[in-house]
Amino acid sequence: MTQSVVVQVGQCGNQVGCRFWDLALREHAAVNKKGIYDEALSSFFRNVDTRSGGDGADIYKGKICSLKARALLIDMEEGVVNEILQGPLRDVFDSKQLITDVSGSGNNWAVGHKVYGCQYRESIAEKLRKAAEHCDCLQCFFIIHSMGGGTGSGLGTFVLSLLEDEFPEVYRFVTSVYPSGEDDVITSPYNSVLAMKELNEHADCVLPIENESLFDIVNKIHQMINSGKLGSTVKPKSLVTSSAGGAKAVQEKPFDAMNNIIANLLLNLTSSARFEGSLNMDLNEISMNLVPFPRLHYLVSSLTPLYTLADVNVPPRRLDQMFSDAFSRDHQLIQADPKHSLYLACALLVRGNVQVSDLRRNIERLKPSLHFISWNQEGWKTSLCSVPPVGHSHSLLALANNTCVKPTFMELKDRFMKLYKKKAHLHHYLHIEGMEQSCFSEAIASLSDLIEEYNELDATKDGPRIDPPRLKIAV
Amino acid sequence: MSIVTVQLGQCGNQIGHELFSAVCRDVHGTHGLCSKKENESYHDACKERFFCQEESEVPVARAVLVDMEPKVISQTLSVAARSGSWKYDDRSHFCQKQGSGNNWANGYSVHGPRHKEAIMNLVQKEAEKCDRLGGFFTIMSMAGGTGSGLGAFVTQCLRDAFPTSFILNHIIWPYGTGEVIVQNYNSVLTLSHLYQSSDALLVHENDVIHKICAQLMNIKQISFRDVNQVIAHQLGSVFQPTYTAEGGSDYSRNPLGDLMETLVPHPEFKMLGLRNIPQMPENFLAYSTFSWPGLIKHLRQMLIANAKMEEGIDWQVRPPQPGSSSRSTTKPPRFNTSIANLVILRGKDTHSVDLGSFRDPSLYTSWLTPQDAFNAWRTPRAFNKYEKSAALVSNSQFLLKPLDSVVGKAWNMFASKAYVHQYTKFGIEEEDFLDSFTALEQVISSYTIL
Repeated sequence: MTQSVVVQVGQCGNQVGCRFWDLALREHAAVNKKGIYDEALSSFFRNVDTRSGGDGADIYKGKICSLKARALLIDMEEGVVNEILQGPLRDVFDSKQLITDVSGSGNNWAVGHKVYGCQYRESIAEKLRKAAEHCDCLQCFFIIHSMGGGTGSGLGTFVLSLLEDEFPEVYRFVTSVYPSGEDDVITSPYNSVLAMKELNEHADCVLPIENESLFDIVNKIHQMINSGKLGSTVKPKSLVTSSAGGAKAVQEKPFDAMNNIIANLLLNLTSSARFEGSLNMDLNEISMNLVPFPRLHYLVSSLTPLYTLADVNVPPRRLDQMFSDAFSRDHQLIQADPKHSLYLACALLVRGNVQVSDLRRNIERLKPSLHFISWNQEGWKTSLCSVPPVGHSHSLLALANNTCVKPTFMELKDRFMKLYKKKAHLHHYLHIEGMEQSCFSEAIASLSDLIEEYNELDATKDGPRIDPPRLKIAV
Repeated sequence: MSIVTVQLGQCGNQIGHELFSAVCRDVHGTHGLCSKKENESYHDACKERFFCQEESEVPVARAVLVDMEPKVISQTLSVAARSGSWKYDDRSHFCQKQGSGNNWANGYSVHGPRHKEAIMNLVQKEAEKCDRLGGFFTIMSMAGGTGSGLGAFVTQCLRDAFPTSFILNHIIWPYGTGEVIVQNYNSVLTLSHLYQSSDALLVHENDVIHKICAQLMNIKQISFRDVNQVIAHQLGSVFQPTYTAEGGSDYSRNPLGDLMETLVPHPEFKMLGLRNIPQMPENFLAYSTFSWPGLIKHLRQMLIANAKMEEGIDWQVRPPQPGSSSRSTTKPPRFNTSIANLVILRGKDTHSVDLGSFRDPSLYTSWLTPQDAFNAWRTPRAFNKYEKSAALVSNSQFLLKPLDSVVGKAWNMFASKAYVHQYTKFGIEEEDFLDSFTALEQVISSYTIL
């Protein structure tokens, strides 16, 4: 069994991370009734002997003593991290896993990347090495951050390239929250595009998320509950937005519901690697199957179902509905419609009481309405994990490498150009040591190239299918 | 003689477990509809073949379990031990912490050489436990990374270490509509490499078994366990003891050798398909009666028309008429030409079954006579509660279409160079791909012009 380390950077990264650890504990508590520290737990948690006081040794088997998250919390302001350390999850984090500063990055990518990056490089590298040493077999780093600010965006991507240098064999999965059009940070397009270049070059896989989509999902659930259609028959723990059953008190903060969705995404992504099933899927298989060309590693994700009714009987029709929903526009975690764009590859990670025949039936059913690229007509990667998420009998996470990410990137480019043409706010960046005009031009070039690659693939979409001629054998 | 089974990857381990369970169940649970003496003979032959018996303990399967991540092996070991009727040797497994990531190159070029010694040591130990080693049976899937890549490497090692032993690879052909996106690459690389070191490739297609589960076994929500149990039943119907010579008094001691001798006359033709009749849910057996002429007629038509199961057979397909001038132009289009066939009969009245229809020369290619191309094995001992059952192992054009389809899709993908960087990362270059494609196009061509 392998281990993963989570690196949460910036306000957004830490708030999402906090929800992730809460829900992870809840999930393992539901599965692991006997309190034994097993391999599934060890993928994200250490078992530390704290009886002797201070930082005890790791215990690899037997009863759970004290669980510590395999995490690194980085923020250049103290507020968010302090809140976590005073909250109900304070014992899950090791005091030595934190890197904080006081004044923040001022929503400036250059400050996060160049100034703090340089300043904290040694410290970050050392703590990462410590975290890696505690792992038997480290497979993956999960980075959680936002693109629009300064710390998450700048320092987060700095950590990304540091990880590539120090741990080249370990996978780097990045969960990035992209800013929406009405973002209140004016320079978010600059920050995002500068960060995109780093993601293009150093990440193995990126899961882009847009706040608007999360917001829409939260609203949809509220409407369903309040409209009385379901009445009081929704299981509270099953809501993909809910913290119920976790360590946190009932009073939730405004972003908690949205952040829970991302937390559930990460749990479902890693479920088949942690728990058993009839068709396992490890994290290295995600990159292998969904990334046909090195730079095209942006995966659109969707989670279903969003809630479970208290009705125990699940006829196949409802199961099929789950599959249909995964491809619908309103379940995607970015503002995109994969059904009308071109699929390069698609993965279906199923959890719970679903068998291979259900999977096959739904793939057959949905295939005709989806466009797959000519050389990957049956481009499906599937996995079956027997353990369902808390509150559900089954669930589905769909990951698509689809050209529908292109509009998101193009809008980002447009917003960037609006500011850049007028050189608005540029001086805040350029006066940072290490930043030059070329940083900007290179970054926008990198983004343009990426968009162009997607364009070329889209161009093949409606054209005639010409199969290359086979090798001829002399008889 | 004993067979050492090597279970590779998740699929290989899951199927291997079902196989040993099915064999054990057949021997212990069912009566066999024959004399006590016959039953005991059968029991002993089966034991020698598949199990090693310590004094008063449960039989221990002659198997080596290999996987690059631990979950499946630990599950397999514990479920077998819990059954109480057989188990695996606790030391006879090898696993690592991190899987092969569906990457053939990772399995073949990285895990293979790294763990060669440890794995071959385990195989050597199992081989030494056998009084007489009858050969190796490897179980693997083609779609993933460990079964396929590491499996191909291990097969090569087996060939090097045991140059005179028989090696039969049992291969699972993945679902056409995808379990793994790079499954076609992995399949092409696996088949081309296995062709060099293996004696024969016995293939089961997931799509076919799935249909059998749906239509013949009436299973509503088909799980991989159901699929694996059907596969295990079909394997059992081939590998459980039989008499090979006419009127021979002992059960054949050399199953793999006999199989190779009858079915693989030429090294260019190694692809074997398997058919089984009848196949139905266990609770139907009490209400069904079978006649040998009916079973044989269906089985023969399944062979000729390349039907995957006993329902939906195309009865229009007929063998070419004798006396036609040129073989290739007058062959009916959907007719399945055979190189060699083996029919295995189990149960009541097997001695009286007329197999003349299988000896028709028009079924076979021109360079073998039916005397050489066709063989039959029998036993009066019924298999797994079926009063009468017949299995067909065929070296014919059964697998031509699936093979052509897989190579075609892989070639399409290769032309766009998609995913190739994932393989070159671990040392499999574009030339290696081209070599594999060439090798398989050669096999396709050979089977096509039969």
